[in-house]
Amino acid sequence: MLRIDCPWCGVRNEDEFSYGGDATVERPTDYASQDDWYHYVYTRQNPAGPHREYWHHVNGCRAWLVVERDTVTHEIFSTAPASPNLPDPDGRTR
Amino acid sequence: MHYSGFSLLKQALTGNRGWTRAWRNLEPRKRYDVVIIGGGGHGLATAYYLAKLHGITDVAVVEKGYIGGGNTGRNTTIVRSNYMLNPNAQFYEHSMKLWEGLSQDLNYNVMFSQRGVLNLIHNDAQRDAFARRGNALRLNGIDAVMHDLDGVRKLMPHLDFSKNTRFPVQGGLAQPRGGTARHDAVAWGYARAADRLGVEIFQKCEVTGIKRKGDQVISVETTRGPIEAGQVGVAVAGNSSRLFDMVGMKLPIESHVLQAFVTEGIKPLVNTVCTFGAGHFYISQSDKGGLVFGGDIDGWNTYAQRGNLPTFNHVVAGGVTMMPCLARLRVLRQWGGVMDMSMDGTPIIGKTPIDNLYLNGGWCYGGFKATPASGWVFAHTIANDKPHALNAEFTLERFREGNIIDEKGVGASPKSH
Repeated sequence: MLRIDCPWCGVRNEDEFSYGGDATVERPTDYASQDDWYHYVYTRQNPAGPHREYWHHVNGCRAWLVVERDTVTHEIFSTAPASPNLPDPDGRTR
Repeated sequence: MHYSGFSLLKQALTGNRGWTRAWRNLEPRKRYDVVIIGGGGHGLATAYYLAKLHGITDVAVVEKGYIGGGNTGRNTTIVRSNYMLNPNAQFYEHSMKLWEGLSQDLNYNVMFSQRGVLNLIHNDAQRDAFARRGNALRLNGIDAVMHDLDGVRKLMPHLDFSKNTRFPVQGGLAQPRGGTARHDAVAWGYARAADRLGVEIFQKCEVTGIKRKGDQVISVETTRGPIEAGQVGVAVAGNSSRLFDMVGMKLPIESHVLQAFVTEGIKPLVNTVCTFGAGHFYISQSDKGGLVFGGDIDGWNTYAQRGNLPTFNHVVAGGVTMMPCLARLRVLRQWGGVMDMSMDGTPIIGKTPIDNLYLNGGWCYGGFKATPASGWVFAHTIANDKPHALNAEFTLERFREGNIIDEKGVGASPKSH
């Protein structure tokens, strides 16, 4: 069971969240090359170790998070809002 | 030593003191024509067919753990070939035909039992979809039988057939030739048969690096020293990305964990393989009496060979909904295997941009049933430096070209396949 520290809601169980995959892939521009799009859609680094990944707090505050987690030990190093445009998590309730 | 009724009798009469090792325990030599990385069912089957069908016997199989300790020993042992899309249908049916003669071919009892596979139907749309699948199977020469409710009752009398159940069973699509096999015996059988043909198997021999010269691999670095190779085949599903990271390549794969569970042993209860159609749950009964079952992957990247509680709860909820009597049983064992989840749910077997490096991976959680055909086509691909017709479409390039083979139709989302 992962315990993810949502910046707005506090520490919650994994089953409140939905996994969104590798957070390091960046969407290319519309006119980027076929190769750039191939790598964006299909290939992943898939590391054994620290991994930056999206989680959606879908059964909670519904915010998208970026979680840095070890794919071997499952230790979570950091949790942050996925977008800088989201409201400030300060004043969260714990 | 050839296994037979006679050898069994002879050993029984002489105190069972004459049994020899199933395969030799050797030290790696300096060079081999072919090095297969990964001593699971797929890698060992590849080595076996290289030696048996292509006359290539200077083969080393290197395995980081022990034979039967990886995914070959971490699945729910189900064998079937009920795939709808053409490339999958032809490939898995070839595998089924190899399964049907495998124990004789290997001179090793893999306990292949064609007890049938039954996929339950719970609504009209599902019936239409399964009828279409069944027809597609039959057009491809694969057996498929549609059952109405009475037919399902005869095969699986202990399902929840009550009036008020949340997902009433309406029927099922069966593949009578499907079934189960003893999974670790498959690894042992292929290891022994390959060894008898001259293949050398090295356990506790982890690959730590791959040395290249231009577009050629020249050697693999292992924990038991460097080994030079004419050709290198990689069959390490679960860890393909890590191996290809050694040559600077990213693959269309994510690693996820799939759990499996076994209950305490009971008298015969489930005499076919049965899958729930309103969730993801599959169950069969082993010859020892334990119910072997599983469901979805945990759904996030991991290389840990252990599962987590939320998925266990979800799997068991599906099982108890389908078959309420399961609630009375205790789960004895649980384990996890790391899967290569490919971006279209279909394996990758073929050449890579590096001339003498070949990839066999991306098995998602359908690798066990494919073991014989996987080794068969991979051996052909390595021996001829080009794929067989049966794996011609399972290329790495298909993603770049847009020729994906997405049996489930969910797109480039590995956790959903």
